[in-house]
Amino acid sequence: MRATSREALLALLACAVTLLLAAALGSKPLIDTLMRLAIFGLYAVSLNILVGYTGLVSFGHAMFFGFGAYAFGLLMQTGMTSLPAAALASLALSAVLALVVGALCIRLADIYFSFLTLAFQMLLHAVILSWVGLTGGDQGLQGGIPRPRFLGINLADPWQVFVVTMVAFFASLLAIRTILQSPFGYALRMVRDNAPRAAALGLPVQRYKLAAFVIAGLFGALAGILMALYVSGAYPNFAFWTLSGEGMFMIMLGGIGVFLGPVLGAAIFLLLNDTVTRFTEYNGMVMGVVLLVVVLGLRQGLLDVVMARLRPR
Amino acid sequence: MNLDAFAGCLSSASCLITQTSAGLIIGMLLFLVACGVTLIFGVLGVINFAHGAFYMLGAYLALTAYQLTDSYLAAVLCAAAGVGLFGVAFDRLFMSRVYNSNVLMQLLVCYAFVLILDDAVKMIWGAEFQSMGMPAAFALRPLHVLGGLVPPFYVFLVAVTIAIAIALGGLIERTLFGKIVRAAAVNRQMVSALGINTSLLYASVFGLGALLAGAAGALAAPVRSATPGMGVSILIESFIVTVIGGMGSIAGAFTAAVLLGLVRSFGSIGFPLFTDGLMFGLMVIVLLIRPQGLFARRSA
Repeated sequence: MRATSREALLALLACAVTLLLAAALGSKPLIDTLMRLAIFGLYAVSLNILVGYTGLVSFGHAMFFGFGAYAFGLLMQTGMTSLPAAALASLALSAVLALVVGALCIRLADIYFSFLTLAFQMLLHAVILSWVGLTGGDQGLQGGIPRPRFLGINLADPWQVFVVTMVAFFASLLAIRTILQSPFGYALRMVRDNAPRAAALGLPVQRYKLAAFVIAGLFGALAGILMALYVSGAYPNFAFWTLSGEGMFMIMLGGIGVFLGPVLGAAIFLLLNDTVTRFTEYNGMVMGVVLLVVVLGLRQGLLDVVMARLRPR
Repeated sequence: MNLDAFAGCLSSASCLITQTSAGLIIGMLLFLVACGVTLIFGVLGVINFAHGAFYMLGAYLALTAYQLTDSYLAAVLCAAAGVGLFGVAFDRLFMSRVYNSNVLMQLLVCYAFVLILDDAVKMIWGAEFQSMGMPAAFALRPLHVLGGLVPPFYVFLVAVTIAIAIALGGLIERTLFGKIVRAAAVNRQMVSALGINTSLLYASVFGLGALLAGAAGALAAPVRSATPGMGVSILIESFIVTVIGGMGSIAGAFTAAVLLGLVRSFGSIGFPLFTDGLMFGLMVIVLLIRPQGLFARRSA
């Protein structure tokens, strides 16, 4: 309990410092950068629940990012739900999607799992592209997302969107951290390291995998909802396979075995991508080479290297 | 959903013939890509996620070779050989380093190459759609079969693919090389202990798979336009093929590829919005009823 309350305090502190800093500097580019970092950081951390902690290499995680964004946008456009209700309903729908897709995918081992998740993601992408009447097809969700006031919060104001995003980001990090440090979280690590042993000890391995899949999908969808709120729309590339690849790229860059590794990875990825895009249109080439160097050279993420140095054995 | 059009097509011989031939060529291209994926997976235990990019490379190489030599045969051979060699180099220089790592590393190396190859193609050939057009040798009048029109190239494509399938089956089932390949799929240490150079074996299997993808790209060039990123959709469909047919089975890949091709071509008439959904539905049913695939010998 003590560790959890200390982490809650840390999250609160980090959130307060970020908000104060942004308020003091008041710089629009800084706020935009922090927004994107929070959204993709949360997305990468949610993916790492599967990749790093459960050993399930999902290659279709953007499915939930895209689904969350579209579900939220579409619900808000009906004009019948309040903003929190739409967000909660989108999360619930995402959880159902994760339950169905997960139940099918976890039946398969390793590489089959990866490809099946990828295949389902591309199915969602195809549906988004072809169901033009609902989703606007390749133009994305048209007409913006209405933001009626709720509880005195006005999300038409960019600063309030920023505050809500930051609070959601740090609260989600805390929630994921708590889940991963709980007995349930350690059971996931055991499933990752030695599934037959976990099964022999009486753990329902498949159920743990499915639970991890649903939790990861939930937070991935939350990142998508925040993204929809930020750009006031939803686009098919939210559910495209490249975003899933980028998620794994972020995890790999930052560190698989460290909780905040994916956040660092997301920061490096965004910085690198923005810088490279400024100089060349061939950013895929540069990012591909960087990825190769990290995978074949370091063989782990930056924070993994740092942590290994800090704890010599 | 357009059930009237679907029923109308089913009751008209000409529409049946046209859609069947269109479905068959989709199936043939899918088979060529999928059997490379399944071959590499069967022996090396890795899925080459960059296989779709190899297919794309084949299409572009064929395009250039055709423009230079004006011979479609040269274009196909050049694409197959070029992509085959690229596959060998890719395996030796990069994939072989992550054979013993986890799936994440293998996926990331392939992902990096998809990014690099897509951009390399953009640099060399440009980002626009490019099409080869029908080679002069096949620019004939379409054949009339029962009132349906079948372009002669379709017949050629189906014949070539069936020949490749038979040759590949013969290679794997009847030759010494095939025997070694099958043995390596079961126990690589044992094969290595018996004095066979498994590195060379792996590189040649990877090269063979890449060669087939390159050939598929070249065969697709006259009927499809080439574009950077064209590899991903065929990769996913070929993966569905291997799941339905059973990983490691060439006969399974062939059957499933034809099935999927027909689903695509007939689905586009009856259920244009749900064609992808139909393919996935098929895969889900197979996964639920027979997870190892229709033709697999071993369980997945």
